[in-house]
Amino acid sequence: MSAVDVIEQVTDAARLIAFGLRPRLMPSRDLCYTELVKRFAEDAVFRSFVESVAEGLGITVLDVSARTGIVLGPVADSAFEQKLDDYARRAILGDRHQERVLHGLAHIAIAALAFPRPDDLAADTYIGRVSAEQVGSVVREACKMLSAKAVAAEEAGDPLVEAPELEQVWRAYLRRPETALTKDGRPAPSTTQGVITKALRFLVDQGFLAKVNDDDGGTYRTTPRYQVQVRELAAERAFTELLALNVITVTDPGGSLRTVPAAPAEVTGV
Amino acid sequence: MLTPQTVDFVGSNCTPKRHFQMEDQNVGGHVYLRTMTSSDDGEPIALYDEGLARRLKALACTAPLHDLDGRKMRLEWCDAAAYQMAEIALQAIDQVTIAMDFDRGADHEDVVRRLLPFVAAQAPERDGVEHARIARWVVDNLINVGSSDRGFRALYGIFGVSGSYERRVFDFRLLIELAGPDGDIYLRVSDEAINVLVGALDTDVESAQIAAEVKLENLIRRGRLSDAQLAAQQARYRTIQYAETLRRKLEATCRDVRAVDWEHEVPDLIDEALTHIAERYRAENAILTNITQARDEAEDSGRKRKAADLVLIVEDCIRRHTQLQARLQGAGRTFRAEQDRQQFSGHAQRAAIDLFGHLLVPVLGLPVADAVAPTSAFFSGGSGLTSARLPRLVRLVEQLLTVPQDKGHLLDEVPVPDLAPLPDPDAFSSEQWDLTSALLELEEAPRRLSGLLAEARELDPDLPFLIALRIMYAIAPEIGVAVRQHDAAILLAVDDGTPLLDPQFGGSDVLVAVARLDTSARGTAPDYEHLRKDEVA
Repeated sequence: MSAVDVIEQVTDAARLIAFGLRPRLMPSRDLCYTELVKRFAEDAVFRSFVESVAEGLGITVLDVSARTGIVLGPVADSAFEQKLDDYARRAILGDRHQERVLHGLAHIAIAALAFPRPDDLAADTYIGRVSAEQVGSVVREACKMLSAKAVAAEEAGDPLVEAPELEQVWRAYLRRPETALTKDGRPAPSTTQGVITKALRFLVDQGFLAKVNDDDGGTYRTTPRYQVQVRELAAERAFTELLALNVITVTDPGGSLRTVPAAPAEVTGV
Repeated sequence: MLTPQTVDFVGSNCTPKRHFQMEDQNVGGHVYLRTMTSSDDGEPIALYDEGLARRLKALACTAPLHDLDGRKMRLEWCDAAAYQMAEIALQAIDQVTIAMDFDRGADHEDVVRRLLPFVAAQAPERDGVEHARIARWVVDNLINVGSSDRGFRALYGIFGVSGSYERRVFDFRLLIELAGPDGDIYLRVSDEAINVLVGALDTDVESAQIAAEVKLENLIRRGRLSDAQLAAQQARYRTIQYAETLRRKLEATCRDVRAVDWEHEVPDLIDEALTHIAERYRAENAILTNITQARDEAEDSGRKRKAADLVLIVEDCIRRHTQLQARLQGAGRTFRAEQDRQQFSGHAQRAAIDLFGHLLVPVLGLPVADAVAPTSAFFSGGSGLTSARLPRLVRLVEQLLTVPQDKGHLLDEVPVPDLAPLPDPDAFSSEQWDLTSALLELEEAPRRLSGLLAEARELDPDLPFLIALRIMYAIAPEIGVAVRQHDAAILLAVDDGTPLLDPQFGGSDVLVAVARLDTSARGTAPDYEHLRKDEVA
C-alpha cells in the first residue's frame, strides 16, 4: 500500500467517523455515507483504519450497519464524552449529588422502559416505545415497592441530618413532586416529570429517540442507534460500576419488569 | 279511597274484642292525623310528583307502629317500657301473613298465642298474663279497635297537577277482621301492610348500590336534572377508569406478555367491564329517552338547557361505552398478536442486561452518594458524543436577519416583574455618624454651633454638614418620643440671638446642650416640666 493510498484510507476513515458525529444523519440519506458503511463491512483493512482513527480520537466504534450508521461511544475522559455534571448543571440549588443522580436515573429509567425485557435489548429489530408519564409512574411504583420493603424490614429510614448523601435514591425520588407549575404557569423543571422530559428531549436531539405524538406527556419510539448505545456501552458501564459497589442482583431471563396484579395503584390510577 | 269495611264485624260475634274494649281504656278512638307536606328546601315542586305522594302514603303506614312505642308509657296496668312495641307489631303482622292463605286469615287468639314467645323474650321476668295482655293490646291497636271504622287515616299535602298545594286524606288499615264462611272472625293483613311493612321495609338499607340505582331512577323520573347529571357523570368516570386500566394492561402486554396475568386477571377485568357496559348501556338509553322527552317538553328555559346538557353528557357516556366495548373486544387480539411476536420470534442470540432489574432497581436502593458513579457511567455511555459547537458565519448572518418568531404559542406571557427603585445611597458614612456623635457628647457646659462646626471641619470636610443637620433637629427635638423610648438624654439647641459667622453656613449661632431626662418621671405621660433645662438656660 503506497503512502497515497494510506492517506486516502485515513481520510475516508475519518470521514466515516465524522458522519458518526452527526447522530441524526442516516446512511440512507447520504450516498457517500452508504458507501463508507459498506466498505467498513467488507474491507478489513479499512475497518482497522477506522478503529485506529477512532481510538486516537478517544472514541470506540460500537456498531456500523446500514440501519444504524456508525454508532460511536466515548472512551472514558475523552473530549467527546458528555458529563452528567454538565448536563445537570442548571440545577445549582440544593444537593448536587442528588440532582445528578436523579437526572442519571431518568436516563436509566427511559432505557429500562424502552427495552423492558433483556430480549428486547438484544433483538436488533425491536423498536421500543416510551412516554414521559409511563416512565414517571413506573419509577414511582418501583420506589413504592422499595419503600414497602423497607417498612416491612423496619429499617430506620429517614436520612441523617449530617449525612444527606446517605439517603437512598428512592427516598429522594419519592420526595420530589411529580409535577408542579412555576409562577408563570409552565411545568417546573425540577420535578420528576421535568427531569424525565428533559432527558427525553435530549435523547431526541442525540438521535436516539423520535417523537411519535404528544400523548401521555410525549410518546417516543427508539431508534436502532439507541439500542446499540444502551446495549453495548451504557448498560455495561453502569453494571460494572454496580459490581464494583458489590451490588449484584440475579434476575431470571424473562426480565423483572412486571405489573403488579391487582395493585390498587393500577386500578385507581386514572 | 278505601271504604273501611266496618260491616264485617258489626253484629257478628266478637267476644274477645268486647272483652278488650272494656278492659283496655287506652285503646280506641285513635285516629291518625298526620299532616305531611312536601316541602323541599324552598325549591318549588312545579310538577305533580306521584312518587312523593306514594312515599308519603307508605310512610303513613308505618306511623301506627311508631305510635305504639310512643303510647306504651301511658299504659296503667303495667310498666311497658321493657317491651318494644313496634317489634311485636311487625311480628304480629308477619304471623298473620304466614297464617293467611288465600281465603282464610288467622284466628285472633291464634295470633296472640303465636306472639307470646316473642313478647316473653322481651321481658322474661314478667308473668304470662301480662305477656298475653301486651300481645292483645298490640293486635287490637293494629286493628285500631276503638275507632268507628277500624282503620287509620293520614293527611298529606301534595302539589297537584295544576301546581297548587292540595291536602289529601289517606285511609288505610293494617290488620283487617273478616268473617269466615263459618261465622268465625279471622284476621288478615291489609294490602297496604303487606306492601309497606312486609315488602318495602325488607330492604338492605345500607346497600350503596341499590341506593345509587334507586337514586338515579328517581332523579330522572322526578326531573331533578342536575343531580341526574352528576350520577351520569359518575357512571362515565367508571367507564373511563375501566378504559384506563385496560389501556395500562395492554401497554404492559405490548412490553412483555408475561408481565400481565392473562389467565385470570385480565379476563376478569374484561368480564367486569362488559357487564358494566351492558348495564350502563341499558340504563343510559333509558335515561336518554327520558331526558330527551323532558328536554322537548320542558317549558322553563333553564330546565330545558339543563336537560339539553344532560342529553349531551349521556350521549357522550354511550359513546364512551361503545368505545370501551370495542377496545375490550380488541384486547384478546392484541394479546395474541403480542404473544406471537414475543414468544415465537425466537430468543435473541446475545445476552443482554435486564435494565429494570439489574440497573434501575439496584440504583434506586443505593445511597445517593454511591449512586453517582453508576448513573454517571450510564449517562456518559448512553448519551452519545458531544461535538464542539462552533459558530459559523453563514448561520450567524442568517440568524441576524431572521425575523423574530412570535413565541406566544410556546409559553404564556412572561410576567412583568414589579421593580422597586433602589434606595438612595447614604449621604454620610457610619464613621462620619460616629464622629459627630462623639463631638455632640457634651459633658456639662453648652457649646456654640460655630465651635462645633470648626472642630468638625478639621476632622472631615463633609462633617460640618452632618453636624448642622443634627443641630437643626435639636432645635425642635421630639421629647415625647425620647421619653417613650426611655432615652437617658436628648440634644437640645437654643437660639439666643447670636448670629453665626461661618464660611459655609449662615443663621443663628445656637447654643447646643445635652438635657438629661428625669428617670423618675418615666412611665407617666411625657411632661416637659420634668426636663431639667437649667444647662440650657
